[in-house]
Amino acid sequence: MSDTHEHSVSFVRTESIAERDPPYAASGPVKWMRDNLFATPANSVLTLVSLYFIYLILTATLPWILNGLWNTSSLAECRQVLDGAVGACFSVLTERWNQLLFGFQYPNELYWRPTLALVLFFVAAAPVLFFDLPRKLLIFTALYPFIAYYLIWGGALAVPFVALGGCIAGGFIYQRFVAGSFALGFFGGVVAALVFWYVGGMLIPENANGTAMMTAVPSRDLGGFMLNMMLGVTCVSLSIPLGIALALGRQSSMPLIKWICVVFIEFIRGVPLITLLFVASVMLAYFFPPESQVDLFLRVVIMITMFSAAYIAEVIRGGLAALPKGQYEAADSLGLDYPQAMRLIILPQALKISIPGIVNVAVGLFKDTTLVSVISMFDLVGMIRGPILASTEWNGVYWELLGFAALLFFVVCYGISQYSQWLERRLATDHR
Amino acid sequence: MKKSVLLGALTIAGLSAGAAAASTLEDVKARGTLNCGVVTGLVGFGAPDANGEWVGFDVSVCRAVAAAVLGDANAVEFVPTTGKTRFTALASGEIDMLARNTTWTFSRDVDLKFTFVGVNYYDGQGFLVPKALGVSSAKELDGATVCIQTGTTTELNLADFFRSNNISYEPVPVETNAEGQQQYLAGACDVYTTDASGLAATRAAFENPSDHVLLPEIISKEPLGPLVRHGDDEWSDVVRWTLNALITAEELGVTSANVASLAAEPNPETPEINRLLGTEGNLGEMLGLDADWAQRAIASQGNYGEIFAKNIGEETPIGLARGLNAQWTNGGLIYSPPFR
Amino acid sequence: MTVMTDPPRGSFRLSMLINDTRYRSMTFQAIALLMLIIAIAYLANNLLTNLAAQGLNIAYDFLGDPAGYDINQRLVEYNSQSSHARASLVGILNTLLVAFLACITATFFGVIAGVLRLSNNWLVARLMSFYVEIFRNIPVLIWIIIIFTIMTAVMPAPRAFRGDEPDATMLLGAFAFTNRGVYIPAPIWGPGSIVVVLTFLASVVGVIAYRRYATNLLYATGKLLPTGWPSLAIFFLPTILMFFIMGRPISLDYPELGGFNFRGGIQIGAPLIALWFALSIYTGAFIAENVRAGIQAVSKGQTEAASALGLRPNRVMNLVVLPQALRVIIPPLISQYLNITKNSSLAIAVGYADITATLGGITLNQTGRAIECVLLLMLFYLTISLSISAVMNVYNKSVALKER
Repeated sequence: MSDTHEHSVSFVRTESIAERDPPYAASGPVKWMRDNLFATPANSVLTLVSLYFIYLILTATLPWILNGLWNTSSLAECRQVLDGAVGACFSVLTERWNQLLFGFQYPNELYWRPTLALVLFFVAAAPVLFFDLPRKLLIFTALYPFIAYYLIWGGALAVPFVALGGCIAGGFIYQRFVAGSFALGFFGGVVAALVFWYVGGMLIPENANGTAMMTAVPSRDLGGFMLNMMLGVTCVSLSIPLGIALALGRQSSMPLIKWICVVFIEFIRGVPLITLLFVASVMLAYFFPPESQVDLFLRVVIMITMFSAAYIAEVIRGGLAALPKGQYEAADSLGLDYPQAMRLIILPQALKISIPGIVNVAVGLFKDTTLVSVISMFDLVGMIRGPILASTEWNGVYWELLGFAALLFFVVCYGISQYSQWLERRLATDHR
Repeated sequence: MKKSVLLGALTIAGLSAGAAAASTLEDVKARGTLNCGVVTGLVGFGAPDANGEWVGFDVSVCRAVAAAVLGDANAVEFVPTTGKTRFTALASGEIDMLARNTTWTFSRDVDLKFTFVGVNYYDGQGFLVPKALGVSSAKELDGATVCIQTGTTTELNLADFFRSNNISYEPVPVETNAEGQQQYLAGACDVYTTDASGLAATRAAFENPSDHVLLPEIISKEPLGPLVRHGDDEWSDVVRWTLNALITAEELGVTSANVASLAAEPNPETPEINRLLGTEGNLGEMLGLDADWAQRAIASQGNYGEIFAKNIGEETPIGLARGLNAQWTNGGLIYSPPFR
Repeated sequence: MTVMTDPPRGSFRLSMLINDTRYRSMTFQAIALLMLIIAIAYLANNLLTNLAAQGLNIAYDFLGDPAGYDINQRLVEYNSQSSHARASLVGILNTLLVAFLACITATFFGVIAGVLRLSNNWLVARLMSFYVEIFRNIPVLIWIIIIFTIMTAVMPAPRAFRGDEPDATMLLGAFAFTNRGVYIPAPIWGPGSIVVVLTFLASVVGVIAYRRYATNLLYATGKLLPTGWPSLAIFFLPTILMFFIMGRPISLDYPELGGFNFRGGIQIGAPLIALWFALSIYTGAFIAENVRAGIQAVSKGQTEAASALGLRPNRVMNLVVLPQALRVIIPPLISQYLNITKNSSLAIAVGYADITATLGGITLNQTGRAIECVLLLMLFYLTISLSISAVMNVYNKSVALKER
């Protein structure tokens, strides 16, 4: 073969020539730009407009940010130092840092308590968020609400202990009886917890708060971003079980229960959160027994929890509806009763489908906690619009403060939504 | 401690203030602190200072009551309220008294069921305008944009004033004084109107107070005073007579400096001072307090004149003259019923 | 409860109430009903006790009393002597106005951003993701305050327009952008203007009729009529002709600087603009995501199949992709409209006189009738929400896949 070849052609290249670079315009950044930025004339125009837009934004903000001052004590001083140059007075953030985070009434010397509570929150949340961590950490998560309560509010140590004791008593009764009947276990547990709390409440001496090791802080002294975080975390965690109950109720075959849930959900979803907050601030007090005083924070927590429970219920209902009917039938054919089928087969799958929706609701709810500033609670926005902008020193510093608030919320909300996307990929067990 | 299962559970949440006793006075004593509603921030009348301590003219009334009832002028929990939340906070029992430059009106007294215990500042609604506008009378404000705090009597007075003078205006509703100040300084409204005292206080906080003038017209009567809920006369007596004690103290020349010596060595020739300070008679007991309640109030805050001078008087940046708020002996309206 | 009164059937034993699934649901419902009644009775009892203790009552008479306050932004006649009910009506109309405006612009922003986010242009797609992420992750209240602050602190005050060399000037001599709002020329309806308006309405009908005729002709005969230019002509020409025939009955009232403010023209207040714009761009970010999801939900095979049939790209979009994408886009879009309506209650933060600010704000403050006002307020929003839900259900039924 090689012989014939040798004779039939006069020249055979014996080695391959070196690869040539692709044409300049078809490789590297140029090609990328041609493909992605200047593919068509219309596209080029869009690119140029976008570039101009970015240029405008950067020229407006960059000098302002880079020239910012961090250590003046008032706006007047800051303007004097800037001397007409463009620059931000970030010193309002450094000077009012504690107020922005903790509100203006939380005792200064106690700031370590909410800070520690926040750090512990990450520890407590970790095993819930990341499944690879040792399961034993969940014990800490279960204890966390009581620790956080004690850290933030202080007061008598007996209060969180009695609360914890009630939960343990309830859990114990539940474990004892759940094998027989779920309803018996569940209601028995609730009753046990209530009895424990009632008796425990009797035992706590009247003046326990006065003699406590940790100074008691009334909840109206809470404020700043701490208040947003607390409202967000508390209400979301409380509303998930309530939402599950409502969703199951709405799917129920019992007409009365179904209608109670439908009316509740549609009512709550039909009105803006702000009217519910008005209810909390001006109306709810009338619905409690005359001799009791439930403070504003608790009233707001009740209303926001109801609000987010209604939305979470709708998300979970979607999850329940999305499960193939075969799953329900399979559970029935195994002879499981309703609570067993729900706990062991349906809810784990439905909740998994609902996670992105629940996270969306949680992010929305966290953002909506800023609305409490309208009913004169001093959350981050309330602090900015109230005491800080009203003070003689910082009268007129809008952008630094609003930008800071926006940045804080962005970081938290964006973080949560990124986590949710990660989780979705992680939980995707369908075979692709 | 708790009366019901529900409340038991709420106690565990630790957030319920518990079973209230029959009367506010006993409640306050049991709690050990006085919950006092104040303005969210109006320099001179009630605002937290740089250390977060509440100071101001109205705040002093709260502190005086706390000193009289609890013996500690710092045993006050200050609850900032807006024009919208103040009455609900009081009605629902969240606060024991409201000392937040609130105007005493018929409907608030009768319809909203509050008891105004007296007047600590006789005010009237005024207008603040930039000097550059060249306006010298409120009647020249035809077509102006006016910033006005919502939920206040000033909002209604304003409508009445412009309607009766047959001139028009554009209201810009604001929620708090701080917001009104921002809007006014940004030029979003030409005029800012509220109580004249509040205007003076607001102007004092400006960078260049002299660029702004108060117009001469005072378009309303605004008797400002502390108030409590209807139906608890024992408590309203305590607040009323604490305020009266401060006023009487000024009239009788009792000051925070000399109150201790006057009480230690009662002068038989000044029986009213002695009754006030509890060295004679048993007025304190009648109120359900101890004998030297008024002494403590005066010692901690000073008499009415001292409180006025310290917070809003001519020496302060706010610079209000006594005017109507001088003692009746000096031609003013400040007048306390006798301690007898 | 019925089970209690029913005569026992067959061998009914009491234990069957718990153990027999046929009766168990009845038992549970009876318990639930009982608990519901107890809960309501408990709350109502507390309410009545509390009200009695404070000597208050629930009455709605105050709605007829004069409101006593003024409102700056109003669509119907109102003054301080009008009743609280009238003030609430002003508020309702303002709520509907801002919600309506915001729905339109939010859809506009959302569709543009959603489509551009899928663009081949890397920079534009990135910019749009940036927009969506920024706005979705920051509370709408902060956006409203930011935009309101831009309006009041950055825009010039009306006095900046005064003097021989003013700091600010009006755009085209007709539009003034001030920190109190935007002033635009207002039309003055002269005699005969009704004819012009009627002509305009008629030409709108004409455009629709023409386009429908063209479509029918296309389906029936395959003949393609041009639609773009004729539509434009039908839309504008008759009205313009009639305008001049009637001797220019409609003129414009330009805003002019007089006294403290601009006078004449139409004032769109700064709070309205702030609220409108903030709600639009905030909700626009959500709508953009819906639009993107909707377009991506149409499988590529559909586009390819349509192209294979020889349809031109714009017809592929109009006839194949959009109808399918809309089925996915519209339900979440309507719930975004619902959100806009509910979020418009944040008007209270910028002093826009919507229903929350009039009925739930000033009226509540001035009369002290908190319970009544909040109940009425919730009733209003509930009505709106339920009506929008009803519309959505009708739509969902109409686009549901008709399976054979």
